[in-house]
Amino acid sequence: MTDLPQPAVAVVPVPAKVRNQWWDVWAQFRSHKGAVFGLGFLIFITLFVTIGPWLWTVEPGKLDIRNKDVRPIYQVLFDSNANVSWNHPMGTDNLGRDIMANIMQGGRISLAVGWTAMVLAVFIGTLVGVLAGYFRKADGLLMRFTDLVLALPLLPLLLVMMLLFRDPLRASFGPENGIFILIVVGIGITSWMQTARIVRGDVMALKEREFVLAARSIGTPSRRIITRHLLPNVLSPIMVSATLGLATAIITESALSFLGLGFPSDFPTWGKILFDSVDRMTAFPERVIWPGLAISLTVLAVNYIGDGLRDALDPKIRGL
Amino acid sequence: MLIYTFRRLLISIPTLLFIAFVIFMLLELAPGDPMAQMPLTIPPEVKEKMRIALGLGEPWYVRFPLWLKQFFIVEPQYWIDSTFGTNFADGKQRIISFQSRSPVFDTIAQRLPQTLWVVGMSYVVGVLIALPIGIISAYRQYSVFDQAGTFVSMIGFSVPPFFSGVLLIVIFSVQLGWLPSIYDTTLVVRDWATFKQQMLQMVMPVMVLALQTTATVSRYMRASMLDNLSQDYVRTARAKGMTESVVVLKHVLRNSMIPVVTVIALGIPAIFGGAIITEQIFKVNGLGQLLILALQGSDIPMVMTITFLLAVLIVVMNLIADVLYGILDPRIRYD
Repeated sequence: MTDLPQPAVAVVPVPAKVRNQWWDVWAQFRSHKGAVFGLGFLIFITLFVTIGPWLWTVEPGKLDIRNKDVRPIYQVLFDSNANVSWNHPMGTDNLGRDIMANIMQGGRISLAVGWTAMVLAVFIGTLVGVLAGYFRKADGLLMRFTDLVLALPLLPLLLVMMLLFRDPLRASFGPENGIFILIVVGIGITSWMQTARIVRGDVMALKEREFVLAARSIGTPSRRIITRHLLPNVLSPIMVSATLGLATAIITESALSFLGLGFPSDFPTWGKILFDSVDRMTAFPERVIWPGLAISLTVLAVNYIGDGLRDALDPKIRGL
Repeated sequence: MLIYTFRRLLISIPTLLFIAFVIFMLLELAPGDPMAQMPLTIPPEVKEKMRIALGLGEPWYVRFPLWLKQFFIVEPQYWIDSTFGTNFADGKQRIISFQSRSPVFDTIAQRLPQTLWVVGMSYVVGVLIALPIGIISAYRQYSVFDQAGTFVSMIGFSVPPFFSGVLLIVIFSVQLGWLPSIYDTTLVVRDWATFKQQMLQMVMPVMVLALQTTATVSRYMRASMLDNLSQDYVRTARAKGMTESVVVLKHVLRNSMIPVVTVIALGIPAIFGGAIITEQIFKVNGLGQLLILALQGSDIPMVMTITFLLAVLIVVMNLIADVLYGILDPRIRYD
């Protein structure tokens, strides 16, 4: 091969403004309509449950037996004699507790459980995946373990865990914190496996690449190769599986509450409110629909964000 | 292939033993006392005797092998005896439920048909709906139908069964009054009227479970069809002048089904898990409801056996999926 003599400095057209790659990701993300709607809704529901209680200062647990069974405000459209009140736009339950305040309070717990459990699952998954992918000795053992956990029937085991450890944890951390820790840890340790498998596959492919070889040849220790070269490159699959993890965590928490094995009834979560309302849904269907809509729309929003992120983080699609 | 299947079968034995051990130890830590329901007037020494009678007196390393022996040796013997009229079991101790004091497997055998009917029907219906959706979505990619299909499967992923089920009850039982909200398991199908009643009460639980299946399977079907539609052999087939229906339904569909069949096999255990919630909503007295009741009553042998049966189902379905993949796709060689 004969090389033409090259000028010492290659002339690269320098763009007028150097763009951060995250701006490109954001531009691509914005072109996905569903993802933008999803992000908008997630921000809205987060603000609704965090700032909402400051503006809507009704105590969620306050019993007001005189104003029980108030229907939501839109019932006036169908029935002019309906028992409605602007003081309770979403209605009240059979003990006169305001449903909007309960949805806000419940959303706080549901979203907090979802985010924390997701962070825990992604952390465990990434740790296992990186260790298995990078260190060949650990690979066999860790992946056999992952396969074993995948073969466990997870929902029944989660139910068993809820039942067994509820009372000891409640005794040592208080009723709310104890259940919170239990649910978060339970969901976290039963949903890290997919992340681990994806991360392992990507790390195995990446560590054979030249830039890792170059880093190793100048004596970079493994710890730094992992944090500096490998982790940034597996960030996109981690982020995508994090969104999926958030969606599953919210659904799992609601399912546990729905089966009566989640938070005690004085700590409302969306699943718990739904569960408590099922018995009276023939007369008051709205009490089932509010929390159900909140769960479904939040999960739908998160799933759409995940879809958009997958496209936005893929450099092969980006910019097309 | 045969050697591979045999090796996988051998590997699944320690896997199952390990899973049984995990479930057993988890239940062993249970603070829930099966004697908690007994009257307080029973003196402590009698209570202790009752614990021993339940088999709780021995340490775990005695009871765990005993449970394994009962599950893998004694229970199959009873099953063979009742089928062929032999006498292998010879009055050996079976796994006994703490709650009902009857053999666990008898109760499971009573509950299994309900669950199998609902779960099986919903899986068949879900797959039958999903396949055409996936095929058309891929063939007309980015069309209105494809967008709608994507949206419906997003809904299937996002709306949890405990909401979709309750919503269906509100609409079809409460508002319209078309369908019964409670699944009546005492119904015996004798004539046309009872058959109709059975179909009506199955519609809602089946549709709730089928929505989840449809969402997953149609996505996989679409992706797999898209992969194959851009292959060279499709262009060749079209160049030979084959009609579009032959190209799509014979050439592309058959190749696309290979990964989808394994997805269908792998989804079976998940739908049994989903049935736990659905049975709770529609009050089907199937396996899922049995599990919940046993959990609430600290019925350790029942919980242990049902959970382990689900684990067996997962392991077996994984095995079947892998073997099927090798049989259907001649390019896959395991050895």
